[in-house]
Amino acid sequence: MSSSDILPRSEDRAASGGLISRRWLLRTGLAAVPASVVATQVSADQLRVPDWSSTPGLVQSPYGQPSPFESHVTRPVLGLFPEGIGDGSGVSFTPLEKLAGTITPNGLFFERHHSGIPEIDPDQHEFVIHGMVRQPLRFSMSDLLNYPMTTRTAFIECAGNSLFNSLDEAQQRSAGEIHGLIGNAEWTGISLATLLQETGVDPAGTWMLAEGADAAKKSRSIPISKALNGDAMIALYQNGERLRPEQGYPMRLVVPGWQGSMNIKWLRRIKVMSGATHTKDETSKYTLLQKDGLARQFTHELGVKSVITGPSYGIGPVRKGLQQITGVAWSGAGRITGVEISADGGQSWAAAALQAPALPQAMTRFSIAWDWTGGSATLMSRATDETGTVQPTRSDWYAPYAAGQLYHQNAIQSWAIDAKGDVSNVYV
Amino acid sequence: MCMYDCRSNGFAILLMLLVTALPVDAQQHGTAITEAELQPWDISIAPDGHGLPEGSGTAQLGAEIYAGSCAFCHGDSARGGPAGSLAGGIGTLTLDAHEKTVGSYWPYSTTVFDYIRRAMPYFAPGSLTDEEVYAVTAYLLHVNGIISENFVLDADTLPAIQMPNRDGFISHWPDAPK
Repeated sequence: MSSSDILPRSEDRAASGGLISRRWLLRTGLAAVPASVVATQVSADQLRVPDWSSTPGLVQSPYGQPSPFESHVTRPVLGLFPEGIGDGSGVSFTPLEKLAGTITPNGLFFERHHSGIPEIDPDQHEFVIHGMVRQPLRFSMSDLLNYPMTTRTAFIECAGNSLFNSLDEAQQRSAGEIHGLIGNAEWTGISLATLLQETGVDPAGTWMLAEGADAAKKSRSIPISKALNGDAMIALYQNGERLRPEQGYPMRLVVPGWQGSMNIKWLRRIKVMSGATHTKDETSKYTLLQKDGLARQFTHELGVKSVITGPSYGIGPVRKGLQQITGVAWSGAGRITGVEISADGGQSWAAAALQAPALPQAMTRFSIAWDWTGGSATLMSRATDETGTVQPTRSDWYAPYAAGQLYHQNAIQSWAIDAKGDVSNVYV
Repeated sequence: MCMYDCRSNGFAILLMLLVTALPVDAQQHGTAITEAELQPWDISIAPDGHGLPEGSGTAQLGAEIYAGSCAFCHGDSARGGPAGSLAGGIGTLTLDAHEKTVGSYWPYSTTVFDYIRRAMPYFAPGSLTDEEVYAVTAYLLHVNGIISENFVLDADTLPAIQMPNRDGFISHWPDAPK
């Protein structure tokens, strides 16, 4: 194959601004775009044999750590109150722009705590189910480890994710700092339906209160149908190992696709109720005030959303030439069925390739080839889910809401590229 | 023929018993728990007041506790503290400069009691007695102009309080309104 066979032709252009059709990738069979098509340069330097190739390395270890050269790949940490006022009530962000694939490593999975991270001794932890049940029950961790377990992949996203994009001025922050209150993991645990079957549920018990063992005793009301239909899990494992303390060790609730704060960490209690308890975090918080002064409540499901992670703010200037645009998409309503990319601020759109498998309520990676010739460009991604719902523009998202609302913000992210290749966050 | 049918029915019944019995029996690892054993954890308060403990309090008493345990983060008179105001803003929800506080936004008074007893004060949650929680709740309702300084808050009077924004929420479960 000569380079003229490989390089995209004019008919391969999928949209303006240099976006290349997926058909070109299929025709050329190139899995990775840049490597095969960059010009070959001849070097005069002879290869050297580094020390690590001539001396035995470190010995094996009980628990592996990332390379010290990757020590910059960390979670940006943000307190939500002035120092000394509730320091444990804050967030840390998944550094989306520094990660690949779809599974978030356990040490980089975002955090949101309301009263710090409890250090729970699993031998002393207990879990109870009571309220409108036939037989209230208590379970020790060793009781729970005897149940059959299932595994599924699901994202957990804080309903306050993308909070910086709720500010009037576009903030110059990384993809992770803006959209990183989300992580995607493989969860293993017990179906809550199994335990509810054991207690028996009064048919009039249509809600359940889930409560954590942390100092905030974090609590949320959840429609019990989410559990009875087999969709709620008591997770003990995350990506194959027991939960980290900051993710709810020894056990957390996972309600795929619903507001992150409903996935109660350090779970200690479920009380079956005939209605919602109207806790602080489902009234004063996690509700959305409309322009007319009324507020939306119990908006559990998270909307269809996507973000381009490369290129994005803070990971170096864009180089000219053929390259890959990549990012992640997800929806609380089900599978991602499509992601479109624009390089011209939304004037024209081209379909991105989706990395299989696109699982329901899970992150899906997308990519598209892009030939940047150096002019200014504005990159946007727009996801569609299996219900046909399309990710909204920022102005469409904000239309019904009062100023300053931030929960469930799933608007299209725009990255502007200037003539030097520098990336900035812009509102289109 | 009959024999075949009978045997077949018997086998089917035996199978049914196995199928229905096995998963349930095989998975029972919980231990029965009584209401008395549950009591220290059963702290949630329903909007109708279910779960409220005995005891009572007034804003007059609550003011003292508030000054000592709450004002550091939530400000004098529950306004302007670093962790956010808990009072004021009533009637502002349709304005650009709206303010969401206990008085202006929270739909149920029971939530105030529930959250204070569950999680406050931040550095020592659970350190207030039920009487003190009633008193601080009364204080917050009083500085929002909802009850008088001498109003006695207890398990009967607290859930009966109509919060100013009681009808301000639209439930999106199970479906968003059309």
